[in-house]
Amino acid sequence: MPDLSAGDTAWVLTSAALVLLMTPGLAFFYGGMVRSKAVLNMLMMSFLSLAIVPVVWVLWGYSLAFDGSNGGIVGGLGMIGLDGIGVESADVLGNVPDFAFVAFQAVFAIITVALISGAIAERATFLGWSIFIVLWATIAYFPVANWVWGGGWIAELGAIDFAGGTVVHINAGAAGLALALVLGKRVGWPKTPMRPHNLPFVMLGAGLLWFGWFGFNAGSAVAADGIASAVWVNTLVATSAAILGWLLVDVVKNGHSTTLGAASGAISGLVAITPACAFVSPIGAIIIGLVAGAVCALCVSLKYRWNYDDSLDVVAVHLVGGIVGTLMIGFLATESFTGDPELEGLFYGGGLELLGKQALAAAVVIVFSFVVAYALGLLIQRTVGFRVSEETEVTGIDLEQHLEAGYELTPATGPSRGHAVASASTTQEPGSVNQ
Amino acid sequence: MKLITAVIKPFKLEDVRQALEAFGVAGMTVTDASGYGRQKGHTEVYRGAEYTVDLVPKVRLDIVVADDVADGVVNVIVDAAKTGKIGDGKVWVTSVDTVVRVRTGEGGADAL
Repeated sequence: MPDLSAGDTAWVLTSAALVLLMTPGLAFFYGGMVRSKAVLNMLMMSFLSLAIVPVVWVLWGYSLAFDGSNGGIVGGLGMIGLDGIGVESADVLGNVPDFAFVAFQAVFAIITVALISGAIAERATFLGWSIFIVLWATIAYFPVANWVWGGGWIAELGAIDFAGGTVVHINAGAAGLALALVLGKRVGWPKTPMRPHNLPFVMLGAGLLWFGWFGFNAGSAVAADGIASAVWVNTLVATSAAILGWLLVDVVKNGHSTTLGAASGAISGLVAITPACAFVSPIGAIIIGLVAGAVCALCVSLKYRWNYDDSLDVVAVHLVGGIVGTLMIGFLATESFTGDPELEGLFYGGGLELLGKQALAAAVVIVFSFVVAYALGLLIQRTVGFRVSEETEVTGIDLEQHLEAGYELTPATGPSRGHAVASASTTQEPGSVNQ
Repeated sequence: MKLITAVIKPFKLEDVRQALEAFGVAGMTVTDASGYGRQKGHTEVYRGAEYTVDLVPKVRLDIVVADDVADGVVNVIVDAAKTGKIGDGKVWVTSVDTVVRVRTGEGGADAL
């Protein structure tokens, strides 16, 4: 067990804070893409993940993900409430305190759940989404994190996922597809154009996500070392290449380079490099980015062909991007970065074995996450309800669910929502007169 | 008096306004409008989806002038708004019974 390292600890804690910022960033990325009447609800869906997941994580999530691995499937219940972790303990990694690891892994769970919300934008009930967060995190996220990072069966199998291509992106993407199917299409989709209401928000969100992603990927080295540095470069250059790949498709296929395409391209590259970032060279990272950007751009039209309203393209970006990155490890992994002659992709003379393992891991996570999310979606829909009424949806979910509007633009004819009466918190004296 | 209504391409508004000012027209009302004529709409591809854009953005000008200058004003608008391409717009003229200036109560041509 290595000695506790101040440098490593500082980097992991910093990375955890960077990854935390990704969820508000995602809120803006998604918030800008919905129509103006749903912007607050979209932001709230991410903030609800920020509110619920850390509590669940401390209570039982960390234990299910990292307290050993029962049959390679799920951790135990021995660390409920973070039982047994003390200020001095550094049992998991040795070079950083366990609390730093708990923190770093917590923020991954938050963003993963929040990613799903884009598939059901503008139409999910607040209560339904809250319940889904608790149940999906518990039944899908914590076990899959255990499979890959907690010594579970994917780790045993030898499939590799550095920072969460399967755990985070394929997991969230498959769940998003399931929920989009359960909740159904928005009123008017796809006949009514539902274009993004605030593209500057989308660009701002994409920028924050890119920034935070350096913690996500380079932080996953859980050390301030050469691997973290190589990952940093790969995360930079794959993202750049993916923007180029997406815009190329945009221009060739549709005639315009859109800001939405640039922002989505960045995210698709970040997604695809996530599992691969420590196993490929920077040239490999460029290839992964270009492929991911172009493939994801081509996949956004699938929902129109197959008629499912994945509103903000969680499937095309996270599921497809996650698959691209997970599989391309099988082609582009190189011993000079993996440090293991067994972990070498096809293009470097490795066999089909690694690619096969990657494909198996991806396929199982897709099926598992989809089934869990679909079942949970149906359960919630049939009990407390998961979809808002048509009236709420058409009027605007912000006003109906939150009693707020994202943009209070007072019309020339006066206040749009009534006049102030006596302050609700002030008790009126009998006989007093309202001014 | 005549009400001259013109629906033109938005980017021609400034040209038309300057031409009218040079011609001596004292005021106008400008409104953002959308619509289509023989130009019809067009299709756009955005984010993997193809949309038919039926209503094309236009600018609408409403100008009330004295009878004797109406033809001249129409000619000025047509000259300034013309690009020769489809979708340049329309100008039409309607008779007006009464105009009153709110501030002074003046009526008829004096109010213009």
